[in-house]
Amino acid sequence: METMTLAGKTLTLDADGNLADRNQWNEDVARELAAQEGIPELTAQHWAVINYMRQVFDKEGDAPSIRRLTKESGVDTKTLYQLFPKGPAKRAAKIAGLPKPKGCI
Amino acid sequence: MPDTASQPIEKVSIVVSHGSLEGVYPGLIMANGARMEGIEASLFFTFFGLDAIIKKRMNNLKVATVGNPAMHIPTLLGALPGMSSFATSMMKKEIEKIDIPPVGEFLTMIHDAGCEIYACRATVDMFHLKPEDFCAEVDGVISVGQFYEKSAGGQIIFT
Repeated sequence: METMTLAGKTLTLDADGNLADRNQWNEDVARELAAQEGIPELTAQHWAVINYMRQVFDKEGDAPSIRRLTKESGVDTKTLYQLFPKGPAKRAAKIAGLPKPKGCI
Repeated sequence: MPDTASQPIEKVSIVVSHGSLEGVYPGLIMANGARMEGIEASLFFTFFGLDAIIKKRMNNLKVATVGNPAMHIPTLLGALPGMSSFATSMMKKEIEKIDIPPVGEFLTMIHDAGCEIYACRATVDMFHLKPEDFCAEVDGVISVGQFYEKSAGGQIIFT
C-alpha cells in the first residue's frame, strides 16, 4: 500500500489515493488534503459537508448521495459545487478521509 | 497517434432523444454523474426527449410497455389500459428508493450543478412549442450547428 506524509503523520492510502484508514484522519490532515485538491482554506460550510459525510459513513458504510447531502447538510447544490469545484462527492470524501463514494447519484 | 486511453474525459454533451421514463433517466444520470466528477456537461433535448423539459409533461413521463422486450411483458398485455401507468409507478418507486429524484427536481439539481440545458430548434418549431412551455432550467433553444459549436473539444453521447 502506498503511503503519504501529511501534517506530520504517515498515512496509508487506498487504490484511489484516499485514506485507507479513516482513524488516521484529523482536522489538520483534512486541511492539507484540501490544499492538495486546490482548496486553500476550509470554511464553516466545507466543514459542514465534511462532518456530515463522516457521520453518514460511520453509520452506513458509504458516503451519502449528492441529493441527500444537499437536503441534510444545509448546503445547497450550487454552493456545494462552489465549495468543491472539481466534483463534490469524490473530492469531499477524499478530504473527509473516506473512500470514494460507491453510488451513481 | 496520441495516447487517448489515459486522457481523462473533460467535457460531455448528452443528447436525449426519447420521451419515455427509461429514455430520459439515463441521460440525466450521466449528466449529473459527469458534474459530480468535475466533468463539464451539457444536455440537449430533441424530438420526444423534449417532454422531459416541458413543464406540464416532465413529471408524467411513462415507461413503454409495448415494443420493449426487456420488460418481459407480452406485447398484447403491455397494450392493456393501465399497464404503462402500473409499470411506471413501480419503476418510480424503485428510482426513489435509490435516491434518484423525479425528473423536475433532477433537472434543477443538474442545472444547479453547472450543467447547461438546451432544447432543439427543429423540434421546437415542428411541435409549435413556446418558451413558456419549458421549465426554468432551459438555457435556450439552439440549432444543431450551435450544439456542435458548444460541444467543441468534448465527447457527444446520444441516448
